[in-house]
Amino acid sequence: METNGKTPKPTRRLFTSTAAAAAAGWILTACGPKRLYEAPRAQLKKAIADLERQYRERYGKNVTVSDSQPIPGVEFAYALDISRCIGCRRCVYACVAENNQSRDPQIQWIRVLSMEKEKGVDFSSADPYYQPAEVPEEGHFYVPVGCQHCREAPCTKVCPTGATWTERDGIVVIDYDWCIGCRYCMAACPYGARHFNWAEPNIPPGELNTNTHYLGNRPRSKGVVEKCTFCIQRARAGRYPACVEVCPVGARKFGNLLDKDSEIRYIIEHKRVLVLKEELNTMPRFFYFYAT
Amino acid sequence: MKLHRRWEKTGWQAKAPAPPGSKPFGGKVGQALSPATPAIRFLLSQLLMLLALGAAAIVTGNDSGTPAAPREGVQPSAPERLEAPPPPFSEGLFPCSNCHAAMTPNRTRRALTEMHTDIVLKHDETHRWCLDCHDATNRDFLHLASGERVAFTESYLLCGQCHGEKLRDWRAGVHGRRIGNWNGAKEYLLCVHCHNPHQPHFRALAPKPAPKRPVRPAE
Repeated sequence: METNGKTPKPTRRLFTSTAAAAAAGWILTACGPKRLYEAPRAQLKKAIADLERQYRERYGKNVTVSDSQPIPGVEFAYALDISRCIGCRRCVYACVAENNQSRDPQIQWIRVLSMEKEKGVDFSSADPYYQPAEVPEEGHFYVPVGCQHCREAPCTKVCPTGATWTERDGIVVIDYDWCIGCRYCMAACPYGARHFNWAEPNIPPGELNTNTHYLGNRPRSKGVVEKCTFCIQRARAGRYPACVEVCPVGARKFGNLLDKDSEIRYIIEHKRVLVLKEELNTMPRFFYFYAT
Repeated sequence: MKLHRRWEKTGWQAKAPAPPGSKPFGGKVGQALSPATPAIRFLLSQLLMLLALGAAAIVTGNDSGTPAAPREGVQPSAPERLEAPPPPFSEGLFPCSNCHAAMTPNRTRRALTEMHTDIVLKHDETHRWCLDCHDATNRDFLHLASGERVAFTESYLLCGQCHGEKLRDWRAGVHGRRIGNWNGAKEYLLCVHCHNPHQPHFRALAPKPAPKRPVRPAE
């Protein structure tokens, strides 16, 4: 390693300047802004304005991106009546339209599992691809599965960048700008509720829902994970999620767990309630019940 | 990360031991109340309850002439009547009195041959026929088992005579479909918006397309 007869060695100046740069970098990344959603309001407003401009350019429509905050005293929960669901998948497609999910490649936040009554709730024999002429099929029942919004959410614990977390109103959210697409959360989720944008998502501009939320249904990009947010853009505005309103048999119920007069509390107090994979201790905020 | 853990924690703490009367997440209210002795708190709660009862009595008193007395023929515990959109009548049929006012009611049970032949009763048809629910003297109404007339807009009272537990769930918002706000104004539907009263079983539906199976790209 000799050139020109000189021995190359790190000079004192090179060593100190490299060390200083490394220290500055470390300080900047560790002490700099965290997720954008936790950044100062002015910064967030500016980022949202940028997003809205980008979406307008891409889709030719005025898209509003809300940053509405959790409502104090509200913790959302969901209940689904297994004895009523007929497996018609109306909820799946209402969810796709409301939440701007990619049509091709296909992403669907809700997956309806067809199960045999003889076997009970058994995931190993469940079939999401059933396609008979008419539902319900004899001897079958249906369990729609989406994000369970767990209190002990495994997905948020494994995220290396802190891009997914639980909001104060119980909604597990993703900051798409902080997601690096490592898909650890998908591996951690026992319900298969998270979906990855393997390719650039494709939404026909005419079908774009322009009422969006920063942590919810704003159009995503390739390489990020997405999932159900209880229709955060609707729920925080006081409205029912899209799947609740579209269900033709009224099997889907939604409300505030902290309000003792809510539908959700009535169900928990009066009906037979179960959660999926209870043994994993994820403590879902999504309950299944039998009303009859 | 730190921040969101703290949120979770405070959320749980606020939920578990919330004292009566304090709002969830209203930690300060709870703390302010707690130093008071149990006796004072008990007295306060009693006072509040009395006040609330009084207010309720005044409100119902103003609301209608006969506030607390149960209406004749209806279960005494039946709460207030609910608002729902108008029932889904077949085109051009209602009001029924357009035709029926001029006719003398025939109360003998029979199969209809001249009119309404499209209606096939599959709803306890061995024990029931038209006039068990439809009012014979005023066709624009239904009637309960007691004979009390019920408008079509309140037909759930009629259904609830047999399906009491469904009516109870429906009032609580658990049976049936709701549209609107989880925390405010929402649209209740009548039983007949979803169930055909003459054939209340749901008809089978064609399911929407199944999800695409994942494909391994060609190598």
